[in-house]
Formats: sequence, structure tokens, C-alpha cells
Amino acid sequence: MLSKAKLWLGLVVAALMTLSTNLQAAWELNMTQGVTQISRDTYDLHMQILWWCVAIGVVVFGAMLWSIINHRKSKGAVAATFHESTKIEIMWTVIPFIILILMAIPATRVLTEAYDSTESDLDIQVTGYQWRWEYRYMRGDASEEEVLFYSNLSTPSDQIDNSLPKGEHYLLEVDKPMVIPVNKKVRFLITSNDVLHAWWVPAFAVKKDAVPGFINEAWAIAEEPGIYRGQCAELCGIQHGFMPIVVHAVPQEEYDAWYAEQQQAAVAAREGANSVVTMSAALQQGEEIYSRTCIACHQTGGTGLPPAFPALAGSAVANGDVEANISLLVNGVPGTAMAAFGRQLSPVELSAIITYIRNSFGNNTGDLVQPADVTTILQEAQ
Amino acid sequence: MSAAHDDHHHGPAKGLSRWFYTTNHKDIGSLYLWFSFAMFLLGGTFAMVIRAELFQPGLQLVEPSFFNQMTTMHGLIMVFGAVMPAFVGLANWLIPMMIGAPDMALPRLNNWSFWLLPFAFLMLTSTLFMDAGAPNFGWTFYAPLSTTYAPETVTFFIFAVHIMGASSIMGSINIIATILNMRAPGMTLMKMPLFVWTWLITAYLLIAVMPVLAGVVTMMLFDVHFGTSFFSAAGGGDPILFQHVFWFFGHPEVYIMILPGFGIVSAIIPTFARKRLFGYDSMVYATASIAFLSFIVWAHHMFTVGMPIAGELFFMYATMLIAVPTGVKVFNWVATMFRGSMTFETPMLFAIAFVVLFTMGGFTGLMLAITPADFQYHDTYFVVAHFHYVLVPGSIFSIMAAAYYWLPKWTGHMYDERLGKLHFWMSFIGVNVLFFPQHFLGLAGMPRRVPDYALQFADFNWISSIGGFLFGASQLILLVVVIKCIKGGKKATAQVWEGAQGLEWTLESPAPYHTFTTPPDPKLIHDQ
Repeated sequence: MLSKAKLWLGLVVAALMTLSTNLQAAWELNMTQGVTQISRDTYDLHMQILWWCVAIGVVVFGAMLWSIINHRKSKGAVAATFHESTKIEIMWTVIPFIILILMAIPATRVLTEAYDSTESDLDIQVTGYQWRWEYRYMRGDASEEEVLFYSNLSTPSDQIDNSLPKGEHYLLEVDKPMVIPVNKKVRFLITSNDVLHAWWVPAFAVKKDAVPGFINEAWAIAEEPGIYRGQCAELCGIQHGFMPIVVHAVPQEEYDAWYAEQQQAAVAAREGANSVVTMSAALQQGEEIYSRTCIACHQTGGTGLPPAFPALAGSAVANGDVEANISLLVNGVPGTAMAAFGRQLSPVELSAIITYIRNSFGNNTGDLVQPADVTTILQEAQ
Repeated sequence: MSAAHDDHHHGPAKGLSRWFYTTNHKDIGSLYLWFSFAMFLLGGTFAMVIRAELFQPGLQLVEPSFFNQMTTMHGLIMVFGAVMPAFVGLANWLIPMMIGAPDMALPRLNNWSFWLLPFAFLMLTSTLFMDAGAPNFGWTFYAPLSTTYAPETVTFFIFAVHIMGASSIMGSINIIATILNMRAPGMTLMKMPLFVWTWLITAYLLIAVMPVLAGVVTMMLFDVHFGTSFFSAAGGGDPILFQHVFWFFGHPEVYIMILPGFGIVSAIIPTFARKRLFGYDSMVYATASIAFLSFIVWAHHMFTVGMPIAGELFFMYATMLIAVPTGVKVFNWVATMFRGSMTFETPMLFAIAFVVLFTMGGFTGLMLAITPADFQYHDTYFVVAHFHYVLVPGSIFSIMAAAYYWLPKWTGHMYDERLGKLHFWMSFIGVNVLFFPQHFLGLAGMPRRVPDYALQFADFNWISSIGGFLFGASQLILLVVVIKCIKGGKKATAQVWEGAQGLEWTLESPAPYHTFTTPPDPKLIHDQ
């Protein structure tokens, strides 16, 4: 008997070991305490209500178990005849009510604090897109160079389709994270460009829906530098599981340096619109952008997922008129997942990606699109 | 039917036409129950696809687009195809027998409300075979994902929902008419079995909210096809309006799926504790309070949409209040068991599991009511665990308990107790292995409705999947039990269960095709 039990135990342990892909963080049981005052308060609320539930559970299930063990017919138990008691019924209506009031008081306090988004040090507009986040840092005045960028999933599709081993931050990594200073009140102005999304960073206890046409507010004061990861929390279509959020909280000096760098990069991108690119550079950059921005819908090899996501291989657009092709990327296709990339990518990037799709997947137009061609159509669009 | 004309003491027609033309509450009850079981297996198959894909990180079996179709269809089919029709089936079978009526008040309406359903679900599931694919926007079908960005099949979905709604409304009208008009002399309202009470209240909930659901899908239809902008901000509409209207239907809907279960458990526990139900009156009042509260808590599904703080606080307090009447019910069941003389046949096992596991779902519901904490729980697997605890070992266990409890009355044979117990224990273990780890997944940060996940969620996911496969496979045992029981088995007495009370147990087993063509002896109607 014993050896058989040991064998089973061994088998179970062995199964656990083999299937356990990441032993370190694998058995996370509880909510994070996070790195903000609100997230710690939220955690405390969570634990408080949990312990109330456990206590009530112990009493109720205990009474039940005791009856099940002792008041069974096989033990000769004879049923009592009582079937009501006003006193006891009032008691078990009033006591839960009092417990609820005890819970409602701290919950109200924390909620009131979480809703006070006034007097922020920095405002960032967060816009959800199918399926990426846009972060726009609000400027002090309009003459300043604006910092605005998109944050895409950076996990390679080879890891998702299991042809490569998965990295440590599988599905929770982005090409360009949001950067914020620590110990500053950062207000997030959250909206959406298409469907509903929800911006969620567990370490900040911030989860707010991104609603097209409306702006929601949330805020956080990160107290420790670090990398905080989250995900879109509202079903937003096919790639809902693939639009993570990464926030780097850094010391103020580091933040200032990063911000200045972003402003310079924005100037450089604008000036790049006048540059002339070569075929090989365009193809290389185009492939890079394709695998980051387009691949989720149009798939490896440009096969698409018809009918929602048309194939690019052999498509009429990618093999037809260049200007129509540029225009489609710049303006998007309203009512579909094809976004207006004129807002999301720079002219250099747009020209590279169009060159790439017109000369890949068996498409063979030989066209080399220059940033200036895109700029013309961008100006028309405006 | 032709045989009926020359036979004064007529029984059912022969062949298939019996099932198409029947106006008999027992036949229609059986149709509902079989239909519900078929849908339960279909929705369960979709759940198996979901759990198989989530067994390991990475995409293995299905594309994300098909995954979303599976989550959507699983939810829609389980809610509208499995749970609701099962309760209507039980109502059909039991309410006339419990109140001493010969049949339902509106037999032809009854036939129609059932026969609408197969067509509604045929239409809904046929979208799986269309180019655009099945609805993929979740069973809550939030706009604008379900309008501007929806697959073309959304129109089939809308039409199917309309038909289901019409069926539910007619079924409810029938139940209310039956209960209010057809009770035997002596069967006063406060002597009705709780199953009848809970269904009476449920039927009112249905009549109140199904038109709201019809309204919201009609608004969608107009947004999709006729250029309106109810839910499109670009045209001056508001996507959040959709959620308010949907959840004004949706929250009462979740009580629609549990209240009749309360009634079932309130019948079974006294039987096997051999002791009268504790606090009958308070059970009735608690059910009515829950029904009332269900109309003023809807926005607790929407704590993260950016409501003003006054709204958040109102809906938090109102939601917490529901714990009071729900608690009363649980305390009453425990008090009924206390100092009883209990035995543990399969229906009792399911009923006890119901009380324990439904209460656990109630606890997490209380946690979810705490608005700031909900910001962390919302749209994670914690919510998935919560509503599956109240719906699977809650509603569905109560339906199974009912099936085992009344099966001898329906078929005239005792079911196989050994198989029944096997079914129970496998379901009980399966359901906990399936859903308990999902609490941890949600707290650790795994969003719901994702086809793939980060590595730290891998372990609890494979455990959950194994529980899912176990639970799924166990349900085939129920099919075997039911078929065996219909075909034969130990002859059931009229009383069936030693401690059972109520008019249905005064009828022979199986219950005759027509019952109470004359009112039962008022002396048979006992106090509750």
C-alpha cells in the first residue's frame, strides 16, 4: 500500500516538475502589493474582505460539516422538529449587515483617494488602438517638441507559434515602454481610437477602460524605480491578448534625459522625411516594422487571415497603383481593423514598409517608395 | 393526435409527431431538458477547446480569432441554451404537479416557446460555418466591437437573441399564469413549495429584462445596418450606454439563472435531512429582496468604465447589500441540516456541494463588490472563477440535483446510485480543480479572454485544464445514468424518498401523462 502511495506521489511530483515552466514565479497566489500608496491600500482592502470571508466560511461550513458528521441517519440521529426562530433570523440578518458597514468604510476612503486625480506633475494621454498603445506626453506649451510614440508587443511571433523557446517576459514586453519619473504624480488620460480597451498596470492598481470619444482619468505615484508590466484588460478583438503595457519608473534626472532624447528623435524623424533611402535599407527597415506592426493581422509571409485580414501576397493593392497603396496605409480603412498609420508611423517608416510589402511575399513590383512620396499624401490627407 | 379523438382516456401520440405537436407539460418539459443537455454538451465542447488551447503558453491548436469565437459561443450557449432552458424544463415538469394543476395554463404557447429555441440556436451555431466566422465579441457583446467592428454574422446573432427572448418571455407568461391561476384549492401562496415561489419571481424578472435585451440588440441592429449611432461616439453616441442597457438586463439575468436553483435546493435538503425547511417565510422574502436588489446593482460590472464617484459608491453599497438576503438563505439551509437525520443520496450530495461552492462564489462576489479592489479583479480570471463558481457548482449542480431527485418520478425507475455518486464525485473534484486555481491566476494578473499568456501563469493553467477535461468527461456519466434510468431499473414507489413532501410525491411513479384532472385532496397540502 505504502509503496504504491509513494509511487503515485513520485509521479505527481515528477509531472509537476516537468510541466512547471517557470518555477520561480510560477505559483503566485495573491494580488500584488504594488508600488503606490493606493495599490497597497487596495491590497489591504482585498486581504481584509478575504479574511472576513474566511471567518464567515469557517463558521458556516463548520456548522454544516459538524451536522453532516453528527446528524446522520446511519448514526441513529433523529430529526428535530424546529423550523423557525425569529430571534436567530434577526441575528443573522443584522450581524452580516454590521460586517458590511465595517467593510464599506475603508473601501469608501480608498475609493475617494483613488478618484482624486487633481494636481498632477505630469500628464500622459494613453490611447488604445487595435492592438497597440499610444503614449502622448502633454507639453507645457505648444512650442515645445511633442513626445508621442506607439508601444507594440515585441515578443517575436516565432515564440508565440512555439518554433522558438519563450523568453522571460513572453507577451509582457514592448518595443518602447512608457517612461515616468518616480515619486511624481503622473496622471493618465485614457481614451481609445477604435474599440474599448482597458489600461491596466497591477503594480499601480490602475485599471481604466479606454473608451472611444471619452477621456478617463487615472493616476499613480510610483515610489520605487522599476519595470512594471500589465496588459489590456478589455476584449478588443483578435489580438487582445497581445497588447501589453510596460512602464519604466526612473529617477527624475534619468527621466529628464530620456525626455530630451525623445524630443531630439522627434525632430530627427521629421527631418528624415526629406531624406532619400536606398532599396536595401528600405527593405531591411520595412521587414523590421512589418514584424512589429503588421504581422499580427497580415501574418508571416503576408498570407493574412481572410476575410477579416486580407492577404498581402498577390494582393491587388500591394501590386497596383503606388499612390493608392500609400493612401490606404496613411488613411486606413474605416470600420475595419486597418488603422490609419499616417498618425502612427513616420514618413520614413511608412515608405519603408510600403517598399517592403510591394517587394516581398512574391510581390514583385520593384517600386522604391521615398519618404517624400508619403509626405505628399500625408499632406493631402490633412 | 388522431388516436386522441376516439380514445377518451388519451395518452401521447405515437412517433415524432408526439414531440412536434405536444401540448403536454411533461413532454415539453422533457424536450426542454434534452435540448438543454445537448446544448450543455455543445457549450462544453467549446469550453474544452478553450481549455486545450490554454493548457500551455503559446498558440497550439486554434487561431486567436477562433478562440474568441469559442469564448463567445461557450458563454451564449451555456447561458441561453443550457441553464435557462433546463430551468424552464424543470418548471414545466414540476410546477403543475407541485401546485396540483392538470397542466400549464397556456399549453399551445408552451409548445411554441420550446420549438422556437432549436431554430434560434441552429441559426446561432450555423455562423461557425460561415466565412466571417461566429460572433467573436464575448457573450457580453460590448459595442463598438459588436457593432462597427463586428463580423457580418452579428445579424444572425441579433436575430437568434430576439427569438430566444421571445421564447423566454412566453415561457414566463405561461409560468406566471399557471402559478397564479391553476393552484389547487388549499394551495395558498405561502404553502407553495419554494421551487414554485422562486420560479414565480424569476418569471417576473424575465418579463422585466428580456425586452431590455431585445432593445439593446435592436439598437445594435440599427447601428450596424441603418446608420444610427447609439453606441458610436463618432456619431454622437456613447459606447458606455450599451453597457448600462446590457447590464440592466444582465444582472437580473444572473439571478434568473440561480433563483430556481435556490428553490430546488430548498426542496432537496429538507427531504434528506428529514426535517422541515428552516425559515420558509424568510426564504420567500429573501428571494423577493434579491430580485428587487438585482435591478439596482447593474453598474458593478462597470466599475472601471469611468463612472463618477457617486455612481461607484451607490453601486458598491447596493451590491454589498445583496450579501444579506443571500446569507439568510445559506444560514437557513445549514439550520435545516442542523439536528436533522441525514442521508447522502446523489441529489443530496449535489445540493450540499451547491451550498458550499455557491457560497464560495458568493464570497468572491462580495470581494468584487469592493470597488477599489475590483479595479484589480475586473476582467481577470478572478472574475472568471467567481462567476463559474456560482454558475457551474451553483446553477448547474442544482439542475443536476433536481434531475437525480425527480428522475424516479419522471421515469418510474430508480437511477443507478453507484453511477450517480461516481458522477457527483468526479464532477465535484473536476469543478474545483478547474476553477479554484483560476482565482490565483486572476490575482496574479491574468486577463480573461486571452488565447495565450505570460509564463508565470503556466502552472495554474494546466492544472485548470486538467480539471476541465475531468469535469467535461464526467458529464457523459450523467447521460448514461439518465438513459439507463429511462430504460429500466428498480421500480420507484410513489413516495420515492422517505422524507419527501409535496403533491408530486402523492402521484404514482412514473407520473401519469395527465395529472390532477380533478383537484387533489386539500388534506394532502401541508404547511411549509
